[in-house]
Amino acid sequence: MNAPTALQQFLAAQEKKSLLRFLTCGSVDDGKSTLIGRLLYDTKLLFEDTLASLEKDSKKFGTTGEDIDFALLVDGLEAEREQGITIDVAYRFFATDKRKFIVADTPGHEQYTRNMATGASNSDLAVILIDARKGVLTQTRRHAYIASLLGIRHIVLAVNKIDLVDYSQAVFDSIVSDFHAFSARLNFASQVAIPISARFGVNVIEKSKDTPWYSGPPLLAHLEVVDVDTALADKPFRLPVQWVNRPDLNFRGFAGTIAGGRVKPGDSIVVAKSGRTSKVTRIVTMDGDRPEAVAGDAVTLTLADEVDISRGDVLADPHARPVVSDQFAAHLLWMSDEELLPGRQYLLKLGTATGPAQVSALKHKIDVNTLDSHAARTLALNEVGYVNISLAQPLAFDAYRDNRDTGGFILIDRFTNATVGAGMIDFSLMRATNVHWQAVDVNKEARAAMKGQKPAVLWFTGLSGSGKSTIANLVEKALAVEGKHTYLLDGDNVRHGLNRDLGFTDADRVENIRRVGEAAKLFVDAGLIVLTAFISPFRSERRMARELLGEDEFFEVFVDTPIEVCMQRDPKGLYEKAKAGKIKNFTGIDSPYEAPERAEMTIKTVEGTAQAHAQAIVKYLRDKGYLG
Amino acid sequence: MREVAAEFANPVMLYSIGKDSSVMLHLAMKAFYPSKPPFPLMHVDTTWKFKEMIDFRDQTVERLGLKLITHINQDGVKRGINPFDSGSSLHTQVMKTESLKQALDKYGFDAAFGGARRDEEKSRAKERIFSFRTASHAWDPKNQRPELWRVYNTRINKGESIRVFPLSNWTELDIWQYILAENIPIVPLYFAKKRPVVERDGTLIMRDDERMTLRPGEKVEDRLVRFRTLGCYPLTGAIESDADSLEDIVTEMFTARTSERQGRLIDSDEKASMEKKKKEGYF
Repeated sequence: MNAPTALQQFLAAQEKKSLLRFLTCGSVDDGKSTLIGRLLYDTKLLFEDTLASLEKDSKKFGTTGEDIDFALLVDGLEAEREQGITIDVAYRFFATDKRKFIVADTPGHEQYTRNMATGASNSDLAVILIDARKGVLTQTRRHAYIASLLGIRHIVLAVNKIDLVDYSQAVFDSIVSDFHAFSARLNFASQVAIPISARFGVNVIEKSKDTPWYSGPPLLAHLEVVDVDTALADKPFRLPVQWVNRPDLNFRGFAGTIAGGRVKPGDSIVVAKSGRTSKVTRIVTMDGDRPEAVAGDAVTLTLADEVDISRGDVLADPHARPVVSDQFAAHLLWMSDEELLPGRQYLLKLGTATGPAQVSALKHKIDVNTLDSHAARTLALNEVGYVNISLAQPLAFDAYRDNRDTGGFILIDRFTNATVGAGMIDFSLMRATNVHWQAVDVNKEARAAMKGQKPAVLWFTGLSGSGKSTIANLVEKALAVEGKHTYLLDGDNVRHGLNRDLGFTDADRVENIRRVGEAAKLFVDAGLIVLTAFISPFRSERRMARELLGEDEFFEVFVDTPIEVCMQRDPKGLYEKAKAGKIKNFTGIDSPYEAPERAEMTIKTVEGTAQAHAQAIVKYLRDKGYLG
Repeated sequence: MREVAAEFANPVMLYSIGKDSSVMLHLAMKAFYPSKPPFPLMHVDTTWKFKEMIDFRDQTVERLGLKLITHINQDGVKRGINPFDSGSSLHTQVMKTESLKQALDKYGFDAAFGGARRDEEKSRAKERIFSFRTASHAWDPKNQRPELWRVYNTRINKGESIRVFPLSNWTELDIWQYILAENIPIVPLYFAKKRPVVERDGTLIMRDDERMTLRPGEKVEDRLVRFRTLGCYPLTGAIESDADSLEDIVTEMFTARTSERQGRLIDSDEKASMEKKKKEGYF
């Protein structure tokens, strides 16, 4: 054999192969792992040492007697081996002469449905296994629905263990018709049903003589030819900017992975959010500039003009722009043990952009067995709901059905940082169609203009007794003298009314500040200058309040008084009680105070009079143009 | 990689000098071009690496003009840990796993790139691309963050970190084809050459220095061998081969019948040993 020639042939063949990413899903014990093991075994991708260790393991852990237990090839984690079920997504790789495959083996057990969604999000096809003896189960329906929800358009229904029902066509036909009755309401482009036995290799690689009534292709032959091309390259151009490349002053490149369409030097682009346009000058790579790049390529572009662009922006085709909005409707799959709370603030990450978001309305949840809608106030783990999401800042996006990369997002818990939800955008809720936004004509700016001021929040933070309320009071008086419209939210007055139901646990403290933040936001919307005087000991809460407001609307005023001085003042006798153990969770005594790192103003009350500090704050507002 | 550079304060690239590291480094050079990768490389040196690996490492860093941090677990050196007397498992635990943790703590890295691939080993098949580690560097396979689309959750609290595996979806064959296509420099040990080897417990060990003492009946022979994977020389088995060019290696690959980690003695020590090591903080 002439090696280089064989090599060239081999490499040429490799180049031509397309890649199919698919997932296998089904209920516990339907034989997913066995099927993948069988595919790896029969496509001769197992190495001799892996085989030897497999034979050894089969005797030790196997559930198939003397035969090789293929599932052991795939079930990687110790816990799974012992329980005989797959608990996480495992990725496997194999290839035939026609195609390369990446298969996601996803969990069957209900508590790992989120892992299945993970596998589905990166797959083009789903193989749904059904145990021929059991027929279509709840899990089968759930998995078919989630596959469709995550945009998988191609389904293979693998009716497994057909040997255990005597290769019966009647059983097969009845399962297929059951499944179709359900899947007719899902949006699949192709559905192919195949009777198989993963354990004995029936209709996996080769057509079996045991099922003469089956006229279709065996599984692998179908996977080799099924056309799943989503033609992302033909969609409108989208480049979510991941990183701005600035090695020196002369070079400014915008790096990211193209999420849709194609791009050439000379093409016009628009920055979706700002609407600024420019032209692409170069597609820069280490191996020289490229004439064109398409969806899926990781690129660095340079532009003809100095345009303000940062991470999170989307560069797009000016003739087919993405939607820019701060509200949209979406399907949401909940992935956390802690249930979804509408109104709570989460972080939303879409493409390369991250920002605060909340579920403003939970329209309904979807029963995955019947696809019916039910009213709901919350979503539990593995439940799917249809929701409205509202963002702190507008984002550029597409509908998920048009583009997975610019239409799919995750929600992150702000405190645990866990990924708690996966969402698929359905459509934008334009302000005009939003019932909460009827009075666009009299908006914040109009209301502020009538009052001759710019609305803002002065957020006073500091220890109990530091002087927050005293100074805030003096500031409000001084503003009133100048004819400005203000409102003071004070720890005590709010806790007696709006927040009467809240105590001092961590959760209640967070909710307390959230409500104060929201109330302040409404007052700002009304055009007022709002002063808040709360200990607000945690940075994350203060950040949450800051993010509710616009960029120039929030000023943190740190009333920096040493705790010894506060204790000495002790205007309400609280330190005395706390030290005696009569008050729990008292800030500075047995609960921490996290001082601000970047407050707009810091007031040292041990120096100067309260009156002088108040005047300084008023001067600050005047200098910044807030007092008209 | 650019996601990490954009989202983390203090990332680092773990550079093991092997072929996967070479590919990963090459990708980083391309991803940030014309800038240099905005993070240092770090090599956790067990003091038992092949001499040729260390030479190659130093040349590479010099050629590319990058910053390299080398970390050796001095505590382990003092304790005299070595792969012959301590056993491969203790040696790996102390000189690699512990050492890596020390280094990550010392420099306060919040994200570390590794060249691991999902096709290497069963528990790695379930690894995320962005894999969360607790403040004590532990991996909890049952509590991994779901990873949807190409949206990676990069949020961590102080002290926690993320391990990032950009080559997760590459196979060994992909690696070699890419090295061939891009002409990426690799350590010469991957190419066949006459080398002094000792046959021990059915594995060919290259005697890289005098620290390896011969057992009765063992003798050093010059044989034409190469390595499919590189680690500590006493723990890395050579294969007999005459593949002395990239083309020959890829040709050998598509007829190969033995998986690459078999040359690594540490994996077969105990069943599910990789999973154990990973929970403890190994890459």
